[in-house]
Amino acid sequence: MTGSITDRRAVVTRAPTPRLGRLRSWWSNPWRKPRLLEAVTWAYLAWSILPIFVAVLISFNQGRSNSSIQGLGLNWWWGDPSSSLFRDPELHAAIFQSLRLSVATMVVTVPLGVAFALGLDRWHGRGSGTANFVMLLSFVMPEIVLGVAMFLVVVHVLAFLNLGTVAQVVGLVTYQLSYPVIIVRARLLSVGKEYEEAAMDLGAPPRQAIRRVLLPLLYPAILASFTVVFADSLDDFVTVRYLSGPANSEPLSVKIYNFSRGSPTPAINAAATFLLFATTIVVVLGYLGYRYTQRGERREDMTALTGL
Amino acid sequence: MSKPASSPSPARVSKVRRTRAAEQSGVHYPRWFWPAFASPAIAWLLVFFLLPLYTVLSIAFGTVDPIFRTPLPVWQPWWWTTSHVVEGLDKTFGLFQQVYLRTFWYVLLASAVCLVLGYAVAYYVARHGGRRKTLLLVLLVSPLWISYLMRMLAWVNLLDREGYVNRILTFLHVVPQPVGWLEGRGITVILGLVYGYIPYMILPLYAFLDRIEGSLLESGRDLGADPVSTFVRVTLPLSRPAILAGLVIVSLPMFGDYFTNTMLSGSPSTTMIGNLIDDSINTAGQGPEAAVLILILMIMLLIPIGYYLRSTARAAEAR
Repeated sequence: MTGSITDRRAVVTRAPTPRLGRLRSWWSNPWRKPRLLEAVTWAYLAWSILPIFVAVLISFNQGRSNSSIQGLGLNWWWGDPSSSLFRDPELHAAIFQSLRLSVATMVVTVPLGVAFALGLDRWHGRGSGTANFVMLLSFVMPEIVLGVAMFLVVVHVLAFLNLGTVAQVVGLVTYQLSYPVIIVRARLLSVGKEYEEAAMDLGAPPRQAIRRVLLPLLYPAILASFTVVFADSLDDFVTVRYLSGPANSEPLSVKIYNFSRGSPTPAINAAATFLLFATTIVVVLGYLGYRYTQRGERREDMTALTGL
Repeated sequence: MSKPASSPSPARVSKVRRTRAAEQSGVHYPRWFWPAFASPAIAWLLVFFLLPLYTVLSIAFGTVDPIFRTPLPVWQPWWWTTSHVVEGLDKTFGLFQQVYLRTFWYVLLASAVCLVLGYAVAYYVARHGGRRKTLLLVLLVSPLWISYLMRMLAWVNLLDREGYVNRILTFLHVVPQPVGWLEGRGITVILGLVYGYIPYMILPLYAFLDRIEGSLLESGRDLGADPVSTFVRVTLPLSRPAILAGLVIVSLPMFGDYFTNTMLSGSPSTTMIGNLIDDSINTAGQGPEAAVLILILMIMLLIPIGYYLRSTARAAEAR
């Protein structure tokens, strides 16, 4: 065949110029270091992360420009009395709206999703497949479809929901529901049924077996779900934007979108950086908790925390 | 997820199913027990997911209030009228045709770049990550935690006429004067889409490539294949399902994307389908048009969504 070892030696000795020959033997050496791939990877990482650094730096800009840094300071976080992040009444209110929406969404979605995951995993009746299908459909549907559909239903059918906080939370819960289901089901798969069955063989009634054996085993997945849902709702803006009513129901993400098309100041970068910091804190706490609840176990890969 | 992908023999599957069915039939739990767990979420999805989707249909096939011009949904399929849909299809092949074609092009190019670049990165980290693998993974995952808007905002800052990209380019004399990157350029939008969605491509590819047995590749090498032919003949064919899954995962949200476009261009010359939908839903009295556009988008995405659902169902059955 073309690439056997003897063949390659022959190629090297027969090479027309030594330089080309060296290049060729380097190319066909199966153990060569993948320098090109390495360069591409690091270039990609730089490309993916450096812009964020610049955006964070710009939030600490002293000047008005949002494209060049003119000295660093907290002007757009706190300094400017009317248009800095914490003192512009509109942005100030948006911070609280963001946090309110995320907390409410998290509190509703995770219990709903965990129960759903347990039900789907253990119930093998006729409806189970359909329910799973609908759940996955809500997962892959482009967000604009859900956002517009929710908007139309709130305006024309479920009018009691009123555009605003309640409708936003309902939309977010629907959009986020599949995350805890997917995360918890992955965990259920790796935990297996042995512990729970052992508990019941030892005389525990079903409810106790779940509460005292299965649920503690699911803590890492539940924690990961809380983290993912909170962080994702904090950043969400498609669903939330369509379902927002009066201006004070717009969270930071929507403000960033609206302002960035007008005449943006670094206060918008400060708002985005605020979301970034909030998410980072939540993710780090979530990760520490995840490790803590998993202590003593073989370390699993971090798939549960990637949100995929 | 961490288990190696292996397909059990049919006999084993059916045996597993039978034992599951035996447990299910009340050895441990009453019959209503597990459905009861799922029921709140099922009710939720019925009211807040399926009902909204049906509302889109009823408005698309519905009528309009003659005075206020507000959409009147028609719930019974036998009374549906097709005037909105016909109008929408007319526009799709007329006024909006360019927008649809453009969206296809943008999504196609952006997904292709995502695939090539994403594959290279995922491959490197999975095969050659070595001791730095954890760090690399954290760096790969981190964009998922950063708000999409912030990531676009970062590029708005950088690509401004006075931004750092133009300053570097003019300094290096690549361009004579600053380029208006944000003034309706397709290339900017495509790069924005790549930047926004490529992490969703890299992670499934990584998860898959990481599971390929090293011994499989080593045997290729031992048999004398150079790295390129090992890749072309072993790794690439093996990763076909992961590639398809990655393409579906990145292209679905790209088809519904409008914010990348508004932030990085905002010009009619780069309008995508998402922008049409967003514009019509934000205009009073255009409810039916928005519903029809959503309907058309859903029909277009039927194949990739169907593929995704089927492959997920298969993966679930295989374990």
